[in-house]
Amino acid sequence: MRIDIDRDRCIGAGQCALAAPNVFTQDDEGFSTLLPGKEDGGGDPMVREAARACPVGAITVTEPAD
Amino acid sequence: MPDPTTRPSQPVAFPQDRTCPYHPPAGYDPVRATRPLARVTLYDGRPAWLVTGHTLARELLTDPRLSTDRNRDGFPMTTPRFAAVKDRRTALLGVDDPEHHTQRRMMIPSFTLRRATELRPRIQRTVDELLDAMIAQGPPAELVGAFALPVPSMVICALLGVPYADHEFFEEQSRRLLRGQDAEETQDARNRLEEYLGDLIDRKRKNPGDGVLDDLVQQQRREGRPDREELLAMAVILLVAGHETTANMISLGTYTLLQHPERLAELRADPALLPAAVEELMRLLSIADGLLRVATEDIEAAGTTIRAGDGVVFSTSVINRDQDVYAAPDTLDFHRPARHHIAFGFGIHQCLGQNLARTELEIALGSLVRRLPTLRLAAPPEEIPFKPGDTIQGMLELPVSW
Repeated sequence: MRIDIDRDRCIGAGQCALAAPNVFTQDDEGFSTLLPGKEDGGGDPMVREAARACPVGAITVTEPAD
Repeated sequence: MPDPTTRPSQPVAFPQDRTCPYHPPAGYDPVRATRPLARVTLYDGRPAWLVTGHTLARELLTDPRLSTDRNRDGFPMTTPRFAAVKDRRTALLGVDDPEHHTQRRMMIPSFTLRRATELRPRIQRTVDELLDAMIAQGPPAELVGAFALPVPSMVICALLGVPYADHEFFEEQSRRLLRGQDAEETQDARNRLEEYLGDLIDRKRKNPGDGVLDDLVQQQRREGRPDREELLAMAVILLVAGHETTANMISLGTYTLLQHPERLAELRADPALLPAAVEELMRLLSIADGLLRVATEDIEAAGTTIRAGDGVVFSTSVINRDQDVYAAPDTLDFHRPARHHIAFGFGIHQCLGQNLARTELEIALGSLVRRLPTLRLAAPPEEIPFKPGDTIQGMLELPVSW
């Protein structure tokens, strides 16, 4: 799984970190970022929920083509 | 031939007063049945689009062709007093990107999830002290004045760096700003708030403290663009939105729980349900019922065209009860997936304080029901006054006993 966060679009609402706290966090400026080692989502089923919770659609989740 | 399911025969007025304080007005039934887009008539006789469908609401609230600039032609006005202050600079909620992003970016670090978590002990202490005082005084109590309003007022004062000693003044001006009798009263309230906060900001320039307002003063200084008017606009919205909204959720949330004794018993038995209960109450009560935008270009939506200059209103209470998304939408149910409600809005203007609000609500409602296991209404429920439909929804008073 590949997770892209558009930092220019992010408004720091923190909804990704609320939905999937084991994958997303907010950096010192409040913008969304991935926790170290969780760049691939770590198999967390809440990643897609986090992307859907983002109020500005800043998170894109893609599955690698097999 | 017009389809009766999509074209209500009578024009539906927006906003209307609720009949039950936690349900949408019965008068919205025709538009509730008209998803995802209906027509309404505003107080001044102008027509507007009313977004009623959840999926369409999420799409349109993220569409940059809808503006929140109140001075654009066609912006929908829902009350005369709102129209009276439309020329005043309104930070965040009244500006589009890129100006909005510049303002929001300055405040994000103060309202993150982590910051809300750090504030937990302070919020718990505030809640405990207020409940101690209420219990020491003994029943009955008026819960809005004794608890629902002071909790968020004290918390936002501490966070912003506003002296709580002045709370009677700014609570009164907030009330007049949001629910004044007429345009003059709204104007006067805004003037007084600006005068008060202007003095406070000037003092902070000379003697910086550690509140969010102090931080905003310093940020402007660092970025070399001191703008007192922008600071004032930010301070007004942070202070007013920071206590009025949460106070309404505490009072109306308590009323709703007391009217649902089985849900209340369930919550008492299992405090782990609190976060879900807060989310479900946010969805069901939808206290900020009417997000306003104007189209800047033609927008194709739901098989029709929203024309440039058309007013667009989002009824959160109707959208959050879209039965395609929420089964049995009028029922209070702590086990449903209530997430993705739009009670905090959606898009770039989604509530800046939502993480703080959730934390305050969890602690306030959780502590209230735990400390007062026999809490009950001290008046017949239908006699307890609540707010009119043209402002943020909540209880005007909440007499309780235990």
